[in-house]
Amino acid sequence: MALERRTDIGPPDYKQFLPPIIKENYGKWKYHEELRPGVMVHVGESGDKLFTVRAGSPRLMGTKGIRRFADLAEKYCGGYMRFTSRHNAEFLLTEEANIDPLIADLAEVGHPVGGIGNAISSIVHTQGWVHCHSAATDASGVVKAVMDDLHEYFDGTTEVPGKLRIALACCLNMCGAVHCSDIAILGVHRRPPKIQHENMKKMCEIPNVVASCPTAAIRPAEVDGHPSVEIDEDLCMFCANCFSVCPALPMADALNDGISIWVGGKVSNARSEPTFSKLAIPFIENNPPRWPEVTEAVRKIVEVWVDGARKYERMGEFIERIGWPRFFELTGIEFEKEHIDDYKYAGLSFKRSAQIRQ
Amino acid sequence: MADSQRSTPLLDELKEGPWPSFVTQIEEMADEGKESCGQLLELLERSYNEKIGHWKHGGIVGVMGYGGGVIGRYSDVQDEYPAIAHFHTIRVNQPQGWFYTSDSLRTICDIWDRHGSGLTNMHGSTGDIILLGTTTDELEPTFAELTQNDFDLGGSGSDMRTPSCCVGPARCEWACYDTLALTQELTMHWQDELHRPAFPYKFKIKNSGCANDCVASIARADLSIIGTWRDQIRIDQDEVRACAENGMNIERDICGNCPTKCIEWDGNEMTIDDSNCVKCMHCINAMPKALRPGTDTGACILLGAKAPIVEGAQLSSVIVPFMKIEEPYDELKDLIERIWDFWGEHGKNRERVGELMQRVGLGNFLEEIEVEPVPQMVAYPRDNPYVFYEEYYEEDDEEDDEE
Ligand code: HEM
Ligand code: HEM
Ligand code: SF4
Ligand code: SF4
Ligand code: SF4
Ligand code: SF4
Repeated sequence: MALERRTDIGPPDYKQFLPPIIKENYGKWKYHEELRPGVMVHVGESGDKLFTVRAGSPRLMGTKGIRRFADLAEKYCGGYMRFTSRHNAEFLLTEEANIDPLIADLAEVGHPVGGIGNAISSIVHTQGWVHCHSAATDASGVVKAVMDDLHEYFDGTTEVPGKLRIALACCLNMCGAVHCSDIAILGVHRRPPKIQHENMKKMCEIPNVVASCPTAAIRPAEVDGHPSVEIDEDLCMFCANCFSVCPALPMADALNDGISIWVGGKVSNARSEPTFSKLAIPFIENNPPRWPEVTEAVRKIVEVWVDGARKYERMGEFIERIGWPRFFELTGIEFEKEHIDDYKYAGLSFKRSAQIRQ
Repeated sequence: MADSQRSTPLLDELKEGPWPSFVTQIEEMADEGKESCGQLLELLERSYNEKIGHWKHGGIVGVMGYGGGVIGRYSDVQDEYPAIAHFHTIRVNQPQGWFYTSDSLRTICDIWDRHGSGLTNMHGSTGDIILLGTTTDELEPTFAELTQNDFDLGGSGSDMRTPSCCVGPARCEWACYDTLALTQELTMHWQDELHRPAFPYKFKIKNSGCANDCVASIARADLSIIGTWRDQIRIDQDEVRACAENGMNIERDICGNCPTKCIEWDGNEMTIDDSNCVKCMHCINAMPKALRPGTDTGACILLGAKAPIVEGAQLSSVIVPFMKIEEPYDELKDLIERIWDFWGEHGKNRERVGELMQRVGLGNFLEEIEVEPVPQMVAYPRDNPYVFYEEYYEEDDEEDDEE
C-alpha cells in the first residue's frame, strides 16, 4: 500500500459538508427566530426554512459518542451537522416534523437541548488533570459539576435576562482564553515553583528560565554544587511562566492549588464594549469529584444576576449599573486584599472619584 | 473486555446528573477494549484523590516535515500506567464553520479507533479537532490516513495557529463578509506558516462576521477580523410596528440600550442616525425581523489579543477601522505579512505581537507596518505629556531643507 505521502493539503473544503439548503441560501438568510429553548429557525430570502437544534456535549468525546451524533444526523438531517465555538452540537433540519423525535432521541442518549439566545450555553474549557502538566485543577470534572447544577438555565426551564457565558481554564495559561467571560472559573497555583536543582542543568536553559519571569524573581545560582537558580519567593505571582520553559520548576501542589472565580467580562460588542472579567473570589480549595463550594459560588452569582439584571443586561453591565460594593453585598462575597490589583497599571482600577453609592 | 479490576468511585459520581458525562464517554471507550482509556480513568481517579495532575511536560514529537500539530504528552507514573505512558495529542485542522457530514465524522472515528485512544475534543478552543492520546509509533500512520482522507494537521508551537471562524453566511443573516471563504483561503495560503513554526511565538487568527463576535476573536486571537458596515441599517417599519404591537418596549429596550443613543422611535416610525451608530449589533439582535446590517459591508481589523502569559492579558485593538473583505484578499494578506515581517525581526522569543506593540509603542508599530494613525485607533488621545519626539531642529537645519 505504498501511497504517495501528502503534506500541506489543508483542511477539506467545507463546501462539501454544507447541506443543500445552506448552499442554496448561502449569504441570503433574512432573519431567524427562536422557536423554543434550543431550537431556532433561519428563514431565507427564498422563504426556505432551516431548523437548528442545539445540544450540549461534554466536549471530551469518544468515537462512540461521535458516531451516535453521526447516526442522528443521518436519521433526521440528511447526514449534516456542525459543532459550535462553545462545543455544542448543532443538528440542521429541513423537516419541522423531525424536531421532536430528534430531541427525544438526544434525550435518550443523554444530550440536553438548549443554550440559544438568552440562556447559559456550554462552558468553554480546557484539559485539566485528564491531559495537562500545568493544571491547578481538573477541567471536565468541574464543568460537569457546574453544568449539572445550572442545567435549568441551559434548557430554558428557568428564564434568564440575557446571555451568560461561562468558561474554565485550569491554569493561567488559559487555553480556554477565559478572561472575557461573564463568569470565569480559573485554576490557580499559590506556591512558588519547587526547584529541582539536580535536574536544572540537564532539563533547562538557565538564561531562558531567568528571562521567562515577568517579575524578575529568578536569578542564576549554584546550589549544592549544581548550576541552578534561586527564586525570590516574595516576588512570585504564581504565573507558571518559568515552568512552561523549564520542567524542573514544578508548580502543582495539592495543598495550595485551587480555583478562583472572575465575573463581568464579555467579548460581544453589543451595547457595552468587550471587557475583561474581574476577580470575585480569589481562592476556593479543590474538592473533587463535585467541587460543591465552586458550584455553590457560581450559582449564587448567577442567581443575583437573574434576580437583578434588566432585560439583555450581561453580568458586567449589571454590576456596572449597581456598583461593585453592591455586588459584593448581594453575593455575600467578602472583599479582600487580593481583590485590589497590584501588577502593572494597577492604579487604573482604583476608584478615582467621589461618586459613591453611600 | 471490560476491566473488572477498575475501581473509580470518585469518577463514578460524575456519571450521574443531567449534563452529559465525560467519564461515561471515556468508560465507553474502555469497555470497547481501549486499554489506554481504562488506565486513563485510573490515573484520573488517582488525581481526584491526590488533588494533583500526573502528566509531564511535553517532549518534541511530530510527523516528518512538520514542526507543529502534535503535542507530546507523557505520564509521570509510566510504570503503573503503561498504556498511557505516551499519550500524545494530534491537532487536526477542522473544516471551516465546524460543518461535517455523518460520513466524514465516521472517517475520523475509524482512523482514530485504529491508531489512538478513540478520545477527542470536539473541539479545541482554537478550533482544531483534538485527537487525544496515542503513542509515538502511531503518529505517522495516523497522519498518512488523515491526509489520504483530505484532512491535515493544525498548528502548535510558535506558528500561525489554525485559523477559525463563526458560522457566517452559511447560517447567519448578519455576516458582513464570507467568514468561511476567508478562513479557508488564509489557511491554505499559509500552510507553511501553519505547519512549520518560525515565528517568535504563536499567532492566532479568528474571523467573526459581525460585532457579536461569536468566535471571541477580540479576546482570543492575535488578529481579529470582525465584520461591520458603513452605510445604513436596513429598517422594515412594518416589522418595527409589529414588535411594538407584540409588547416590546422599544423606547427602553432598544433606544435606551443603544450605546450612542442614535435611535428615535415616535410610536410609529423608527429613525437611526447612522453617522453616529457604532455598529454594536444590539438593536439588530433584539429585532432580527425589523432591522438588518447595511449592504456596504467589510470588516474592522484589530490586533494583539492574548491570554495573560507572559506580560498580562490584552484585547485586540483597532489597526484598520474598515476594510473591504473580498477575494483575493490581497490588501489583508499584505497587511498580515508586514506585521509578521516586523514581528519576526523585532519580536523577542515568546513575545506575542500584542506585547511587541506595547513595548515599542502603538505609534511606532504602525509606522513600521506602514499604517497611518487615525483617531479610530484610540479610545482617547494620550493624557500624559511625556512624548518621545524622535528629532529636534538645530539652528542651521533650515538651510538643509532647501536642498
Ligand atoms: C443569527 C444570530 C446568531 C447566530 C447564528 C449565532 C451563532 C453563534 C454560535 C453558533 C455560537 C456558538 C454557540 C454555542 O455553542 O453556544 C455563538 C456564540 C456566541 N455568540 Fe452568537 N450567534 C448569533 C447571535 C448572537 C448575538 C445576538 C450575540 C450577542 C449579543 C452573540 C454573541 C455570541 C458570543 C459572545 C458567543 C460566544 C463566543 C465564545 O465565548 O466562545 N451571538 N454564536
Ligand atoms: C502541555 C500543556 C498544554 C496543553 C495540553 C494545552 C492544550 C491546549 C489545547 C488542546 C488547546 C486547543 C487547541 C486547538 O484547538 O488547536 C489549547 C489552546 C490554547 N492554549 Fe494551550 N495547552 C498547553 C499549554 C499552553 C501554554 C503553555 C499556554 C500559554 C502560553 C497555552 C495557552 C493556550 C491558549 C491561550 C489557548 C486558546 C487559544 C484560543 O482561544 O484560541 N497553552 N491548549
Ligand atoms: S489552561 Fe493550563 S492546565 Fe489547562 S490545559 Fe491549558 S496549559 Fe494546561
Ligand atoms: S511562577 Fe511566574 S512569577 Fe513565579 S518565579 Fe515563575 S515566572 Fe516568576
Ligand atoms: S459573529 Fe455575527 S455573523 Fe458571525 S455568527 Fe455571530 S452573529 Fe452571525
Ligand atoms: S447597532 Fe448599536 S449603535 Fe447602531 S443603532 Fe443599533 S444599538 Fe445603536
